[in-house]
Amino acid sequence: MLAHLEKYFRTERLPHIWCPGCANGIIVKSLVEAIDKAGLDQDKTVIVSGIGCSSRAPGYLNFNTLHTTHGRAIAFATGVKLANPELNVIVVTGDGDGTSIGGNHLIHGARRNIDLTVLLFNNSIYGMTGGQYSPMSPQGAKATTSPYGNIERPFDICNLVTASGASYVARGNSYHTSQLTNLIYQGLQNKGFSFIEAISTCPVYFGRKNKLGRPADMLKMQKEFCISKEAAEKMSAEEKAGKVITGVLHYAELPEYTEQYQKIVDKCQRR
Amino acid sequence: MTVTDIKAKLMQGNQACAEGAIYAGINFYAGYPITPSTEIAEVLAERMPEEGGKFIQMEDEIASMAAIVGASLTGAKTMTATSGPGFSLKQENFGYGIVAETPCVVVNVQRLGPSTGGPTAPAQGDMMQARWGTHGDHPVIALCPSTVQECFDLTVKAFNLAEEFRTPVLLLLDEVIGHMRERVFVPQPGELEVVDRIKPEAGTQNYLAYQPVDSTLVPPMASFGDGYRFHVTGLLHDETGFPTNNSEVMGSLIERLHQKIERGREKIVIVEEIDIDDADVVIIAYGCVARSAQKAQKMARKKGQKVGILRLITVWPFPEEEVLRVAEKAKALIVPEMNRGQIKDVVQSAVVGKAEVYGIGNVDGEMVSPCQILAKIEEVL
Amino acid sequence: MSMNAVKEQLEPVVVNLAWCKGCGICYSLCPTKVLSSNELGKSIVSEPNKCTRCKICENHCPDYAITVMGVKK
Repeated sequence: MLAHLEKYFRTERLPHIWCPGCANGIIVKSLVEAIDKAGLDQDKTVIVSGIGCSSRAPGYLNFNTLHTTHGRAIAFATGVKLANPELNVIVVTGDGDGTSIGGNHLIHGARRNIDLTVLLFNNSIYGMTGGQYSPMSPQGAKATTSPYGNIERPFDICNLVTASGASYVARGNSYHTSQLTNLIYQGLQNKGFSFIEAISTCPVYFGRKNKLGRPADMLKMQKEFCISKEAAEKMSAEEKAGKVITGVLHYAELPEYTEQYQKIVDKCQRR
Repeated sequence: MTVTDIKAKLMQGNQACAEGAIYAGINFYAGYPITPSTEIAEVLAERMPEEGGKFIQMEDEIASMAAIVGASLTGAKTMTATSGPGFSLKQENFGYGIVAETPCVVVNVQRLGPSTGGPTAPAQGDMMQARWGTHGDHPVIALCPSTVQECFDLTVKAFNLAEEFRTPVLLLLDEVIGHMRERVFVPQPGELEVVDRIKPEAGTQNYLAYQPVDSTLVPPMASFGDGYRFHVTGLLHDETGFPTNNSEVMGSLIERLHQKIERGREKIVIVEEIDIDDADVVIIAYGCVARSAQKAQKMARKKGQKVGILRLITVWPFPEEEVLRVAEKAKALIVPEMNRGQIKDVVQSAVVGKAEVYGIGNVDGEMVSPCQILAKIEEVL
Repeated sequence: MSMNAVKEQLEPVVVNLAWCKGCGICYSLCPTKVLSSNELGKSIVSEPNKCTRCKICENHCPDYAITVMGVKK
């Protein structure tokens, strides 16, 4: 690890609890690099998470950190941000935590366009509980609770968050790390609800159940099935079949919630 | 004193609760609409920005509870209010607030349950949910106003206890008290005590977010943004705030959470005693039913019956000693309440057979009437 | 040549074995096969002179166990 990133970690708590080859660690490093690039003050930054594998990340990060209940990270973060808008608030969540039990908080956070940066680690499975299918498991995927293949259709979570009103929506993956760092960095820069889906891997449960090979093979697969938005624009529908589009998928300048609220406070206090 | 000095206002219980919160210095309110508590949110939606505070209507009850805990960690005094079905949803993050030791106030304006129940008939059916609604062993503080004035005063008290003991505090209203209108004397600033959070001393090195002060067992609480970069979790943790599986550490945390409330008992437990010295029969009542009890007690005394009242203002932690003291002198205790004996059972176990305990339990959304209580007095004398 | 430069050439990749979980990502992705695995599956530097400092190993190590010294050739 590069020396300039060390200050962002609680190195005494490493190595982390994630399984060998789990890409969560790669995504956390991109997050930290993005924070470094954005020059956020560690004392004025709060990292909030829910429950699950990825939600353990804040424990290793040297900031104000808040590990909450399952699915509720955005709701807690909303309280933190509205109570003290000077704080930079980052939410770390997973596909189960963020889109299933926490799905309602996700769409409402987006709808309010409150200034949070939400980084969703998508490993397509519930890892912490041992490999159950999630709302982002692909159709047909095997999991301990879909032993005959998943019959549910997964969310396109970026579309959902865009439709819900977020001002910045992006998707990256754990193979293209510098792209991911950049996408998170832009999310941190955006004053509003920023959502970044980071495609992760779960070699131990998802990979093993679905015969996807070793951790490195799963990363190489991301390299194959992920195409940038720019490249996708030049491709035919057939060429795009089975591909996942990465990059900034949506951006709109929209009024931010805490700023809107402050206007009300100012107006009431002038009266 | 001139007439204009007297700040008497006609207020609804819910409104008094909201104004009490402002008196206590609330900075942040998050809520979700539910009858019969909604007026608290409506009043605060208007009043909070005037006071420089923040109000937000969250997407659900779970999120409201989460938001006030999050806001509390930034140093804010926070509150949410709800009723039965919403109170069920609050339980998850209420428990989080207890384990993460975040001060906040949760108001439950009780209505007839279970489930959607009988909206919005009054009830006192959530007394045990207040005690044990969230999972696991935990202490709880719950206050029960009987008048609109008390809605104001006990809201201030609830904020004070939350800050002093670093814990969520419950305020258990009922539909009758919440919607009743009465005269309230709004105290001047300074008239009622307002307690602020104990923060770590300036210049503290190596701050440990969960290292308690020996005398109180309450850890001083820094805010996010103060520069201490501490970790907060619902997992059982050691003094650093980081999770642990060490059974000794986990057990001692649960123990300390209970002990800090036990040690504070004198500040927390409040009861009102009326004519109990010579009483053969003592009515133990709380919330709206305490009003019927007072009427019944007066009528009984007029008839020459020696009846007193022990009014529970604090219901949790349960005033066991106070109840036992009464039981040692009286022959019979009557516990009228709008549930099937939730507090009567606790009284029974507290008095260890020293007095007979009789219950009156209305679960039909009708107030316990003074006549019901008088009839029971006749029966037991 | 400074001491640091010499050191960097001899040991371009440093592996923190205490943090390495032996997932194999680094040596599978390394384009020039600088890295290989020891008997525990953990990463070892077997061909230091082949290192181009591309940092694929460092960037993809989920356990922050790898540091590449110097800059890309």
